[in-house]
Amino acid sequence: MKGVELLNWLDQRTGYRRLVNEALYENVPGGARWRYVWGSTLTFALAVQFITGVFLWMAYAPSSQTAWESVYFIQDRMRGGWLLRGLHHYMAQAMTVLLVLHLMQVVIDGAYKAPREVNFWFGLVLLQLVLALSLTGYLLPWDQKGFWATKVATSLAAIVPGIGPGLQKIIIGGPEYGHHTLTRFFALHAGALPALIVILLAGHIYLFRRHGLTAKEPRRRPDAAFWPDQVLRDAVACLAVLTTVLFLIVRRRLFSLDAPLGADLGAPADPSEPYSAARPEWYFLFLFQFLKGFPGESEIWGALIIPGLLLIGMFLMPFIGRWKLGHLFNIGFLCSLLGGAGLLTYEAVAADRHNVTYLAAARAAELEAQRARVLASRPAGIPPEGAVSLLHGDPLTQGPKLFARECASCHRYDGHDGLGGIPKDPQSAPDLKGFATRDWVAGLLNPEKIIMTNYFGGTRVRDATESKMVKFVQRDVANYTPEQQEKLKKVILAVSAEAQLRSELGADQRDAALIEEGRALLQNENEMRCVECHQFRKKDTTATAPDLTGYGSRNWLISFISDPAHPNFYGKRNDRMPAYLSKEILSAQEIGLIADWLRRGWYEPAVVTGNVAKRVR
Amino acid sequence: MSDTSKVAPATGPEGVGGGRRDFFKKVFASVIGAILGLFPVGAGLTVFLDPLRRKAGTGGPIRVTTLEALPDDGVPRKFPVVATRVDAWNKFRSQRVGAVYLRRTKGNQIEAFNVVCPHAGCPVDFLPQEGHYLCPCHNSTFTVQGKIKDAGSPAARGLDSLAVEVRNRREVWVKFQNFEAGQAKKIPVT
Repeated sequence: MKGVELLNWLDQRTGYRRLVNEALYENVPGGARWRYVWGSTLTFALAVQFITGVFLWMAYAPSSQTAWESVYFIQDRMRGGWLLRGLHHYMAQAMTVLLVLHLMQVVIDGAYKAPREVNFWFGLVLLQLVLALSLTGYLLPWDQKGFWATKVATSLAAIVPGIGPGLQKIIIGGPEYGHHTLTRFFALHAGALPALIVILLAGHIYLFRRHGLTAKEPRRRPDAAFWPDQVLRDAVACLAVLTTVLFLIVRRRLFSLDAPLGADLGAPADPSEPYSAARPEWYFLFLFQFLKGFPGESEIWGALIIPGLLLIGMFLMPFIGRWKLGHLFNIGFLCSLLGGAGLLTYEAVAADRHNVTYLAAARAAELEAQRARVLASRPAGIPPEGAVSLLHGDPLTQGPKLFARECASCHRYDGHDGLGGIPKDPQSAPDLKGFATRDWVAGLLNPEKIIMTNYFGGTRVRDATESKMVKFVQRDVANYTPEQQEKLKKVILAVSAEAQLRSELGADQRDAALIEEGRALLQNENEMRCVECHQFRKKDTTATAPDLTGYGSRNWLISFISDPAHPNFYGKRNDRMPAYLSKEILSAQEIGLIADWLRRGWYEPAVVTGNVAKRVR
Repeated sequence: MSDTSKVAPATGPEGVGGGRRDFFKKVFASVIGAILGLFPVGAGLTVFLDPLRRKAGTGGPIRVTTLEALPDDGVPRKFPVVATRVDAWNKFRSQRVGAVYLRRTKGNQIEAFNVVCPHAGCPVDFLPQEGHYLCPCHNSTFTVQGKIKDAGSPAARGLDSLAVEVRNRREVWVKFQNFEAGQAKKIPVT
């Protein structure tokens, strides 16, 4: 009895029973139906966004040096972070779909007609607010995708006549993207927009209750209360939404055990790395595609005027619906809008699917994103200047780009320009993949291979009359006795060992004795003729060919790239290779990145499994 | 909306012969509702509780100063403690992580105290005129040896002493640690 008394006391003070009754025993004319579930699923989706959003908020840090970093930390390092972020990310997408379904149901059932006009308008405003949430939320991880896609969206603000440039500055918090872009977008995303949505949603639900549900005729059953029949249907529909979202979160893992879980996280935003795979979220793709049809200054028609007019058309639906054929017109209008958007979305997707540039950029972006997360997980942590500096100092990321820009007009890397492309000019200098490895050195000392394009074939020293090295390999080495060939193998090991490549470290340690023999042979003029031209571990001012001391090591490569015409290398006989450092073609840091990349000297995470992986965290 | 459109008895509508069916519907709806709430709240709470897994720094000895900077006059002097600090995604190589009072006596004894008051965590000041430590927040006082001076002090224990060692005959190294505030026992923060 005590409990009942307490509840009675509470009801006297608050009147909660009436509130609960009104909520649960709302009349459903014609009984519960599946077609009434959309509003409830939207309310559920919004609730999930509020809950997950607040928890994400507790770990998110909006500034250009911490946004990506904190999202990375949530995603990869905090327990359950992938699920939390995945729920928020995919529920946002589900919400867009549910909004469209809700809108369709309202229009088709004529629920926008008198006396429900105001509520229809509330709904249309809510729709736009939810889309604004999507737009602002897309930027917050501060990854390449969100950064460049949002830049496109905010650039459109600049075309508003008269106030455009000022408007854009206000939106992004200054002339360029930075801290204040994030603080503003975050305040909108987590503060202003949700507050507006709560207020409008309260009005939306109040008006819905005031006018009651718009029954679908003919009514198949007698009226019933909301609880439990309709609630159960709503709950099942919400469960279907949640299941879909959970499936999206884990879908990649279902097919591959090392695939990522949850939402994507691109590489950290980098204004110096234009991102040609930048696309808005899929539900804005139709606008993106629509804009392609408006050349030059007519863009304002595609970006503002036509979408604005169509929106006004939707706001006018309740009035149009009063005419005899108005309702049919409204349905036709909505269907053609959605059909048109669908068609444009399809066009955009289809265009990208066959666009080689886009596909390559998307693939490169994916690799860079993975790399950024690997680098961020180093025990050394992320430096205070942000994770983008990790990519800037990473040989694996920067080496190929620098090689493609400065080296690939003559050299190749595994037959391409480092990035997988084929340069315009034909290859005219060695292929540097595996430079200074045992195989590479063996190829150089092979009478057939040395004159191929992958070694000296494209250079000035391509034949025996021009090059002592080619002459030596083709006359001497070609006629080596089996015994001499055995010695040459040891010399090859010794030369390659000078590079101290990480990839050959194990083999070099195993063959330490052979390498020692090889060094002795190399230094002995009576055995091998190398030191006639090369220096090796002994200063020789008469040397005319590259120094073999430390051949292929980091310092050797850096010195070589810095100035190949230095007396320690090719001297006056240098072919076309410029002195990259003194001519200021590359900085010392960039040369180091190329050298480290050619030597495969980049950060690799230690291989961890099971419990060890857990401890590393 | 007319009043008759609401069916609102306090116990809900009586289904005709549907009492049992309604009961199951109610159970199902409630169970599904619980599942719907479980995922966002569960995922959120898991992430919210993640800080419980994080550990404080190792507490190994840190070089704080040299004997030259610490005269043997028995007067406490405050020194910052610079160490590597992991802060979520960042690892700072040399960051000020706290401060200690060091005091060297004629007998070449060195004492070290964490500057944090064991009562509620404010940093204490050493007042040279009075010759004692005063916490500016709640007026706890501590003797120069770190013991509670005034029995009315709100602090439950004296200042937290830290292990000190002199290395290479001139470097002062302190095993820097923080301790839980408000308790009579000295419990390291882990």
